[in-house]
Amino acid sequence: MNRDQRIAALNAEMAKRILILDGSMGAYLQGFGLTNNDFHGERFVEHPRALKGNNDLLVLTRPDIVAKVHAGYLDAGVDIIETNTFSATIISQAEYALEEVAYELNVEGARIAREICDKYEAKDGKPRAVAGALGPTTKLLSMSPEVGDPGRRDCTFDEMAKAYEEQTRGLIEGGSDLLLIETITDTLNAKAALWGAWEAFDQTGVELPLWISGTITDKSGRTLSGQTVEAFWNSLAHAKPWAIGLNCALGPADMRAFLADLSRVAECAVSAYPNAGLPNAMGAYDETPHSMEAHYAEWAKAGLVNILGGCCGTTPEHISHLAHAVEGVKPRAIPQHEARLRLAGLEPFTAAA
Amino acid sequence: MTTANPFANFVIVGERTNVTGSAKFRKLIEADDYQGALVVARQQVESGANVLDVNVDAAMIDGPKAMTRFLNLIASEPDIAKIPLMIDSSKWEVIEAGLKCAQGKSIVNSISMKEGEEKFLEAAKRVRRYGAAVVVMAFDEKGQADTEERKVEICTKAYHLLTEKAHFPPQDIIFDPNIFAVATGIEEHADYAVAFINATRRIRESLPHAHVSGGVSNVSFSFRGNEPVREAMHAVFLYHAIRAGMDMGIVNAGSLTLYDDVEPELRDRVEDVLLNRRNDATERLLEFAESVKGTKKKGEERDLSWRQKPVNERLSHALVHGINEFIVEDTEEARLRAERPLHVIEGPLMDGMGVVGDLFGAGKMFLPQVVKSARVMKQAVAHLIPFMEEEKQRTGMAGKSNGKIVMATVKGDVHDIGKNIVGVVLQCNGYEVDDLGVMVPCDKILARAKEIGADAIGLSGLITPSLDEMVFVASEMQRTGLKLPLLIGGATTSRTHTAVKIAPAYAGPTIYVNDASKAVPVVQKLLGTDRDKLVAETKADQLVAREQYLASQDKRPRLPIAKARERAPKLEYKPVKPSFLGLKSFETYPLAELVPYIDWTPFFASWDLVGRYPAILQDEIVGEAARSLFTDAQAMLKQLVAENWVKASGVVGFWTANSDGDDIVLWKDENRKYEHARLHTLRQQMDKGEGKGANFALSDFIAPSGTRDYVGAFAVTAGIGEEDVAIRFRRANDDYSAILAQALCDRLAEAFAEAMHAKVRRELWGYAKTEALSYDDFIAEKYKGIRPAPGYPAQPDHTEKRTIFDLLEARARTGMDLTESLAMTPPSSVSGLYFAHPQAEYFGVGRIDRDQVEDYARRKGWDLATAERWLAPILSYDPQIAKAG
Repeated sequence: MNRDQRIAALNAEMAKRILILDGSMGAYLQGFGLTNNDFHGERFVEHPRALKGNNDLLVLTRPDIVAKVHAGYLDAGVDIIETNTFSATIISQAEYALEEVAYELNVEGARIAREICDKYEAKDGKPRAVAGALGPTTKLLSMSPEVGDPGRRDCTFDEMAKAYEEQTRGLIEGGSDLLLIETITDTLNAKAALWGAWEAFDQTGVELPLWISGTITDKSGRTLSGQTVEAFWNSLAHAKPWAIGLNCALGPADMRAFLADLSRVAECAVSAYPNAGLPNAMGAYDETPHSMEAHYAEWAKAGLVNILGGCCGTTPEHISHLAHAVEGVKPRAIPQHEARLRLAGLEPFTAAA
Repeated sequence: MTTANPFANFVIVGERTNVTGSAKFRKLIEADDYQGALVVARQQVESGANVLDVNVDAAMIDGPKAMTRFLNLIASEPDIAKIPLMIDSSKWEVIEAGLKCAQGKSIVNSISMKEGEEKFLEAAKRVRRYGAAVVVMAFDEKGQADTEERKVEICTKAYHLLTEKAHFPPQDIIFDPNIFAVATGIEEHADYAVAFINATRRIRESLPHAHVSGGVSNVSFSFRGNEPVREAMHAVFLYHAIRAGMDMGIVNAGSLTLYDDVEPELRDRVEDVLLNRRNDATERLLEFAESVKGTKKKGEERDLSWRQKPVNERLSHALVHGINEFIVEDTEEARLRAERPLHVIEGPLMDGMGVVGDLFGAGKMFLPQVVKSARVMKQAVAHLIPFMEEEKQRTGMAGKSNGKIVMATVKGDVHDIGKNIVGVVLQCNGYEVDDLGVMVPCDKILARAKEIGADAIGLSGLITPSLDEMVFVASEMQRTGLKLPLLIGGATTSRTHTAVKIAPAYAGPTIYVNDASKAVPVVQKLLGTDRDKLVAETKADQLVAREQYLASQDKRPRLPIAKARERAPKLEYKPVKPSFLGLKSFETYPLAELVPYIDWTPFFASWDLVGRYPAILQDEIVGEAARSLFTDAQAMLKQLVAENWVKASGVVGFWTANSDGDDIVLWKDENRKYEHARLHTLRQQMDKGEGKGANFALSDFIAPSGTRDYVGAFAVTAGIGEEDVAIRFRRANDDYSAILAQALCDRLAEAFAEAMHAKVRRELWGYAKTEALSYDDFIAEKYKGIRPAPGYPAQPDHTEKRTIFDLLEARARTGMDLTESLAMTPPSSVSGLYFAHPQAEYFGVGRIDRDQVEDYARRKGWDLATAERWLAPILSYDPQIAKAG
């Protein structure tokens, strides 16, 4: 199955049922008890900075473990897995002084994911797609890093677009099927990511379906940069995304209201991958596979979503409960709204027809 | 005074943050005074701009740098950044610098074909990649279009290039067909306004979804220095241009005049010029202009003798009579005489509102009039705010108020008409009201109260789950150690519930405020010297209410559920098959068809005017207020319908069905073999006495297996767009119209449910094809069949709405949704079931015993606690006590 065939097959499936995305990489990795040596490997043994915690680097130093995590989720029945490239931009890797391997991380991250998906596809012919993951980076384009100097920015739109362009090229080269711009806390970062992706598409001649997932940071229902869900959609609708959704920061109970808002306005597929609740006093996540299942089932029956998965704190067990919960449930019907001029600041504004 | 607002569908682009139009703003940017520039931006938002135009094109300004700096600063001011931006420059690099700082969806102003098609398309493609809408100037290589033909030709060409070659969505295209000055003395210019208006009409007709905008003040350029004539020209120009389809304009948001308010003779002469109706039009307007220069507008054939009185009395008169026509000039006059702008508020304005308050308290004024007074007050205060801001900047002094009150409709609930009325009434009595809106989570309410040092918190809610949320808020206030008073109001709240459930959760004063007229005296006492007395009285009253409640609890005999089922009504079933099975959507239901179905009595009730329509119009006491409100409502309704301010959509469905005990099973098809869904109903458990009356459940109206029976469901809304209308009025400081619009949408939704039910009876289900009823019969529900809604007495369980919404695919088909507390959005929505049985009737389930709750929980797949939470308002026992016992 080549990329175009796989995307066509995936779209056909999405028309019939709710697609399943994988869960957290971090929660799973913790179980392996990785040490400094695992992160540095042989190649970075001399690296001047400590690399523990740079999970993306494992695609170079412990590819076997990354593949194992992917396999764990594929066994749980997912349709889509995310590459282990959340922080693989020159901007985020600068924290570890590893800017020069950013491109390679994306190529390898995508290659490992694609390879294992190919194995599963070969077994049963069911399509397994790789979503090349682009995280929010460590900088914000709409907000100052310093309260006393609100006009200041640590990064420009052009620098960020450039970083995302490089990441996209790497993800394409490694064999990604989709591009997932995720955990977006500042819509302007997402716009820079889109700009970078389009530049990369122009350069490579390969165009991947775009998937954007925003993060509502607390119960106020706003992104970190202050937008409501509808404003977020209005600001990104021009990308004609393959899917748009919400992930991270909230557990399923708190996410529901905002997901319903998005589901109402978005004229494309809607995805959601919540955390397993909020971190408790011990830093662990409280939602069990069983308790999450009830939320997933309710969302599915309420017709809110087309794609479901998990974020921080979720495991293959959560995902297999998820798969069970939505089996046979009709996916959300994608609405077509009236053609209206829909603008946005932090809040949406719709002009009369 | 007309209350209907012709600008309701008009996008107001605030022009004051444009250096080419505002010398003040230019000087601020040139002087690097960005804090001052932000104040200008904030004023634009506060005076009602929907979109903020930002233009820094001036010789001494580094465009990209200034645009970047200003937009980055705006991004950290949420009260400005909430509205979209119009990034305005004649230089592409300035526009692009702006786009790189805007997270929202902005409008680019502008691009054109003046440097050829290729450059135009290139710019359009980049605008699209940044995700912005675009203003296209009617400009090509030959120059700016000045005739109707050229305007239409250029815009048409641009439209096709954009939609076909740049894949631009047509709704994101806004044409600016160039507004040029008229009455310049040059003959060719005489037709400029007509050319714009006619071109606008043709563009809007022939280029679907595209918009038309323009810089209005250009048209009156010849009358610089003569503001009365300029304002009249803008008003008349906009009147004609808006009618032709102009739907956006760069205007001074604070000073829009209505066509009807222009003095008729001046209006005629202006119209002659703008519409190029006579050769000597310009001379005649010039001649007239001399005479009105500096004079004020005159009203027509009204008693204006009060205008001769001293300014303080004029302000008082305007407030009491709700006249906003002269309020800005009178306020300005008072300001010039006062030492500080605040003194105008504290002096004549508060005095005037004091009179309003006294009349209201004495029952001589009624809510609609008070809200109109409040509108005038707000507009006066809005005029003073910039001066007070300036003073604050200068002196570091803050203004003071009678007290600060945080108000919110609690989480899960979207209803806010009552809360808005209370907010307005408190505001016009000098209280600072921080209204957090609807669906407000508890932590946000408490955080804001702490942040601003509130003196009281007011909670509102309409649906029953909101009652629990209020208890939660009270308990959180207790937990976090708050002491400030908590006010409870809204349709489902009650003295009893407040006393029994809310007050015990919170040690601070917890007071039930049953209508808007009580809000001010209660708050006055709470924040004044009478506080202790009121708190003591309230506590004593709540003790009584609790005792009464407990006493009433024990005395009502309930039947065991098995016994109640034995006493179900014995009915015969002769079902009629609906004309179709499955779903039917009504995407845009004509609003005009709903008007005859409006039940006006509840409309008056929402304004605290009690009485049945139409008798209420002749009522001795409230008749005058009711008539005036009714006139305003009719005028707005007419416009609301004609201009489709809101959209009505609905969906209706019918299924094969049979009862199964107290449940109703919906089958997949006529084979009645596979279950499609299951509705749950509750049964009356009161003991009516053997043989004296049946114990009803809704399932009784559907035949058990063996008979081919059917059930129907519906979900309708008349509220799509309702919020935008309300917000727009509110931005213009016109709460009266905002509340009026919401109340009308509420009525339209109910009317829609009524109209749909009639259609169902006669046609869609068709079990009463020959039904013919009068208006009164409709209102009295003298027809066969019922349409009960979950959350109402016949089925108090709100969660059944989820089943109904899923069955109807209501979200996708109508845009309606449910909040976590199962309030419907938009608020003006109705949903329910259809029963056709000739003996079907509305009843109240009343209180139920634990045996039925356990049974119901089993049927719903809930645990007992969940069932008790959702059924809390109708439990015959206290679950806490029952558990302990």
